[in-house]
Amino acid sequence: MVPTNYYVILSAVLFGLGVFAFIFKRNIITIFMSIELMLNAVNLAFVAFSQALGKLDGQVFVLFVIVVAAAEAAVGLGIIILIARNRQTLNVERVNLLKL
Amino acid sequence: MTVPLAVFFVLAALAVIGAISLILQKHPIHSALSLIVVMIALAGLYLLLGAEFVAAVQIIVYGGAIMVLFVFVIMLLNAGIEEHTSISKMAGVPGLLLVVALAGFVAATIARSTESIQATRQSGEMASTLGISNMIFKDFVYPFELTSFLILVAVLGATVLAQREKS
Repeated sequence: MVPTNYYVILSAVLFGLGVFAFIFKRNIITIFMSIELMLNAVNLAFVAFSQALGKLDGQVFVLFVIVVAAAEAAVGLGIIILIARNRQTLNVERVNLLKL
Repeated sequence: MTVPLAVFFVLAALAVIGAISLILQKHPIHSALSLIVVMIALAGLYLLLGAEFVAAVQIIVYGGAIMVLFVFVIMLLNAGIEEHTSISKMAGVPGLLLVVALAGFVAATIARSTESIQATRQSGEMASTLGISNMIFKDFVYPFELTSFLILVAVLGATVLAQREKS
């Protein structure tokens, strides 16, 4: 049996790497992928606690998170296509229309 | 070291290496392939936790549908190697400090709450898929119906956003 803390620590590490990728990366698609990484880390914590508590609520929440992530991916990638078409770039530093 | 623990460490190492590779790779398509490695490793961890249904959904929806969408968009937009300016390189230092602080805080919290987590552990197998379907279609039936509405709105939104404007 693997202790629950190991899963939670792994989840925290993955979430931290996702946050760092979100701050550090400059390609808008990669930034979007780091959001997916953070969602995955949270899902792991949900399933770990679901197993630790012997209840299935956590796994049901994971399914809802996956549904929301799928909807988010569809809309987000639509927005990315729109940005690429209007600005001819995927670098977030070049998307500065609202900057003074 | 028991077999589940060894499997856990292999899968955890795979997930962390994939996540680090996502950050280090310069080309978006390589980052996407690294993210697929992370998702497959997480599906293995779900199997280890006894959540077969979630593992299957993870591979089908995340590893399949969502990542195919990502790879498709990367190839459609012909995304090249990302470029870093001096300001964006500087953003890495406070970002790293912030992440280390966050991870340290979480680790300290987990270390303090070890007893309560271990105390609530229950042994015994549960029929995971049967229980999940019972919960979705009884306790969570209204949120479940709302997700179908959410997906409908998302499909409409994506279609409207991505269509070419008529001149």
